[in-house]
Amino acid sequence: MSDLAVRVALKRYDAVAEAPAHVALRDLALTVRHGELVCLLGPSGCGKSTLLNIVAGLDERFEGSLSLPRSADDRPPAIGYVFQEPRLLPWRTVRRNVELAMDPARHGAGLVEELLAAAGLAGFAEAYPQRLSLGMTRRVALVRAFAVEPDLLLMDEPFVSLDAPTAQQLRRLLLEIWQRRPTTVLFVTHDLREAIQLGDRILLFSPPPGRVVADIPVAIPRDARDEAAVEAFRRRLIDERPGDFRGL
Amino acid sequence: MRRRRSPGFPWPLLASTLLLLLLWQLLAMALDSRNLPGPAAVAAVLVAQTASGALPYNLAVTLARVAASFFLALTLGVAIGLALGRWRDLDRFFDPWLILFLNVPALVTIILCYVWFGLGEAAAVLAVTLNKVPLVVVTTREGMRALDPGTLEMARVFRFGPWKTLRHVVLPQLAPFLMTAARTGLSLIWKIVLVVELLGRSSGVGFELNLYFQLFDVAAILAYTVAFVAVVQAIELGLLQPLERRVNRWRR
Repeated sequence: MSDLAVRVALKRYDAVAEAPAHVALRDLALTVRHGELVCLLGPSGCGKSTLLNIVAGLDERFEGSLSLPRSADDRPPAIGYVFQEPRLLPWRTVRRNVELAMDPARHGAGLVEELLAAAGLAGFAEAYPQRLSLGMTRRVALVRAFAVEPDLLLMDEPFVSLDAPTAQQLRRLLLEIWQRRPTTVLFVTHDLREAIQLGDRILLFSPPPGRVVADIPVAIPRDARDEAAVEAFRRRLIDERPGDFRGL
Repeated sequence: MRRRRSPGFPWPLLASTLLLLLLWQLLAMALDSRNLPGPAAVAAVLVAQTASGALPYNLAVTLARVAASFFLALTLGVAIGLALGRWRDLDRFFDPWLILFLNVPALVTIILCYVWFGLGEAAAVLAVTLNKVPLVVVTTREGMRALDPGTLEMARVFRFGPWKTLRHVVLPQLAPFLMTAARTGLSLIWKIVLVVELLGRSSGVGFELNLYFQLFDVAAILAYTVAFVAVVQAIELGLLQPLERRVNRWRR
């Protein structure tokens, strides 16, 4: 058991055709402790997705270092990733989409049933994703990420472009599954209320080039985070740091 | 996207076929020439050739050559196309070769195969295969370039590995391209097989067509043509279309 530690001295995108070179991240360092849910908060275009892709191992072209949480046995750490779009395979059923991500040697079939039932998808296991609503495909993506029993769960604004009640439902679902199957979570969002509701800590990102400018513990017990408490915490943060939360 | 319709009786198909036969009959009657026998005369030859066994035998021989070349061309072409689509350096290196092979006339490939490997069955099938492979490569490579990077990233993060990625992420996305390759492949291969048979085999539809051309027997030529087109149509309806429906069943 160990922490996630990322240090990015420099991540730049080279100039391509008309687009000039662009420094996405500079002097960034963050740590997420084992079993902690940390929200990465920042405006659009500040390099949050870039950082997640570096952590996921999708982007190895950066200057810095990356240390992933170790798995219990000695296998490479399993990563669950909930992308901004659900990224399901439309030609496979809901059940196959989840099963394909899993390692048959590690996971029993019971886990798929349990997670699908928890997400209210039990009746849709044999459906193809194109027949489901956006909210439901996002549930499937969430189930897939938990089904690999991840040592690290990455979430990239997973609840955007949903209506408010559906997004709220999915946040509750996330917390419910996460509390039953605790794991280290890095959750990217540009929604301050969402970050307060979900996070143990909030890491505030600067405008580009992105780096962490504040580390804010969310000092409200999880069972007391109702709408009023979240709103009060939000007001206090904005009053304390008027400049940092502009546009959030 | 294709609409799903329950296959009722194909009235329009029947009507248009009858109209075509009628026009043919009228034209034959008007010309009253040996060079354009009517449908009845052609049907008589068709029946006689079928009864003698010559037509089924030659059709079967040609069909076997088509099947062998089709299978070889698709397997080789898809494998090479996947590799070129996957590795950009490989693609850049071999692209000139591909353009070269795309532009060699079919007739040249056939003649060279017969010259180098003799007038045998293997040379015939090889010649047809070589004609088709570059087209399959190009279509497959096109499909590889159109792959969705999002699902590929997903497969990487969730450690699908190469085999699972190919089977569940890449091939389903390539399916429309592979169907195109199969369709155009079939129509091209049919035609080239006839030329190959005409030039260097002593059996098959191409050989027979050449024979009846020497004899100026237009009824026999048309009889073979009709039988031949019917078989191609049967493959399209009975094999390719059901396959396509199966591949597309996930679409809403």
